[in-house]
Amino acid sequence: METKKSLITPGTVLTNIVLALLSVFFIFPLYWIITGSFKDPIAVNASPPVWFPTEPTLDNYVRLLSNPAMKWLWNSVLLSVVAMALTCLTAAMAGYVLAKKRFVGQKVIFSIMICAMALPKQVILVPLLKEMSALGLHDTLWGVILPTVGWPFGIFLMKQFSETIPTEMLEAARIDGAGETRTFVDIVLPMVKPGLGALAIFTFINSWNDYFLQLIMLNSSRNLTISLGIAKLQAEMSNDFGLIMAGAALAAIPIITVFLMFQKYFTQGIAMGAVKG
Amino acid sequence: MGNGKSTLMAGQKPTVFNNAIVRQQTISAYLFLLPAMVFFVGFVVIPMVMCLATSFFNYSMGKPFEFIGLNNYLEMFKDQVFLKSLRNTFVLVAVAVPTVTAFSLWVSCAIYQMHAIKRSFFRCVFYLPVVTGTVAVAVVWKWMFNKYTGLLNYILNATGILNENVSWLGDAKTALWCIILILFTTSIGQPIVLYVAALGNVDPSLIDAGQVDGATPFQVFWHIKWPQIMPTTLYILVITTINSFQCYALIQLLTSGGPDNSTSTIMYYIYYEAFKLYRYGYGNAMGVILAIIIALLSALQFKVTGSGATD
Repeated sequence: METKKSLITPGTVLTNIVLALLSVFFIFPLYWIITGSFKDPIAVNASPPVWFPTEPTLDNYVRLLSNPAMKWLWNSVLLSVVAMALTCLTAAMAGYVLAKKRFVGQKVIFSIMICAMALPKQVILVPLLKEMSALGLHDTLWGVILPTVGWPFGIFLMKQFSETIPTEMLEAARIDGAGETRTFVDIVLPMVKPGLGALAIFTFINSWNDYFLQLIMLNSSRNLTISLGIAKLQAEMSNDFGLIMAGAALAAIPIITVFLMFQKYFTQGIAMGAVKG
Repeated sequence: MGNGKSTLMAGQKPTVFNNAIVRQQTISAYLFLLPAMVFFVGFVVIPMVMCLATSFFNYSMGKPFEFIGLNNYLEMFKDQVFLKSLRNTFVLVAVAVPTVTAFSLWVSCAIYQMHAIKRSFFRCVFYLPVVTGTVAVAVVWKWMFNKYTGLLNYILNATGILNENVSWLGDAKTALWCIILILFTTSIGQPIVLYVAALGNVDPSLIDAGQVDGATPFQVFWHIKWPQIMPTTLYILVITTINSFQCYALIQLLTSGGPDNSTSTIMYYIYYEAFKLYRYGYGNAMGVILAIIIALLSALQFKVTGSGATD
């Protein structure tokens, strides 16, 4: 391996060039969103295009805030945080017992969860809408939060992480007279912390970006999320690209920041979730 | 689990004590499971059952709710828009799944031995479109594809590849390919993370042994790495297939299924029938068919990639 690294072959040079070009291609849309959000209408529509706004304007953001954009952003934050907290709590509890206890019906429950995960979750949106209407939760954030928490991926992931807890530790706790709750809080939770970190960030990003579910559940302007808000702006003023890019930036920047801060947990968690158990 | 046994003291009655422990364990296990099960059963299992059940009914707004047997299913196969959506969906899946898998494998092979910072950088870059979110990605691409102010037309005209502006999303010949391109950029992030992790776990002594024996890099890849990352490949195939089949948001935001249904997919058409025409029963029947197709394809992928690849 050491000898390989010091070797610079035409092949590795070519690979690096291709990777660099691809990186530009993958970063560019984000660059175009951010720079676009600071362009005035003339710069937005200019041909040849303005590659960098030399006379940046905040006008797009001012116009964006004449919509309830901050309320949309707040809804997105609230929805994602609540979904994240509930998912982490319920999944940690369920994952722990599925991994570390033996009880009647365990196999059946786990099999049903795996089967459900393999099905396309968007297929159930029609009945879900009906159910939420019946519960009076349509057009509320709960209509989006509850199905997100119900999706069994989190349980599956936490089961994977809970497998790594040494059984001896749980046994020692029991001998010391710790009850189930104490054991869970004092021993299990600290042991599965990396898994919880992964699940938290994963759920946060997924619920933030779950446009389809939000679209079905939320209607009234003050209940929209930031994703729905931008989609609405686009539908209403399709050629006002400066304004739309400002909205896109407002939606993308917070979530990208969260991702970059916690990306270590995130990559770990995705890799762990794929290890079939 | 039998852990209870080790806590038994001499002189106690083992069987009674054991039964009590098992019963107590089962009860506490179910108490721990309860919160998750409430959400899972309430908002996943019940809707799934309802989806299947109502697919046999004429369940539309303003019409009597009545049992119609397989009529919803039979109607589908005479419905030209459904058949076209089915065709589009298959084109999308058939193009996206192999390209996403092959491309992410290539990128992962290229980056997994790099310095940690460089590897982390590339992984983030390719994950960026996923995190940015479908809506933000869709609106910026819509601008770049725009006939008059879009970047793509400018670049292609400036470099002389085209000499007129193309309405990329407005032309039935190009629209679906634009969708596939964007779907591609939002799909490769997760496979790359998975492949990088899997390649990092390949036993280095096997690779060394291969190199000592004079194997070419391609032989090392094909005979040593590829078999070991097979479970990951299978997982990636399955999740990419499911995701591609469910492609909805991009279509709704970019083309609304048009022009002339050329970008309508099954998922989009379900939404259209159920939420625009309020034909819930018919939409649910299509949902059931979609679930069956995905289940069959997943099973096929398990078969083809070898049952030894999984547990």
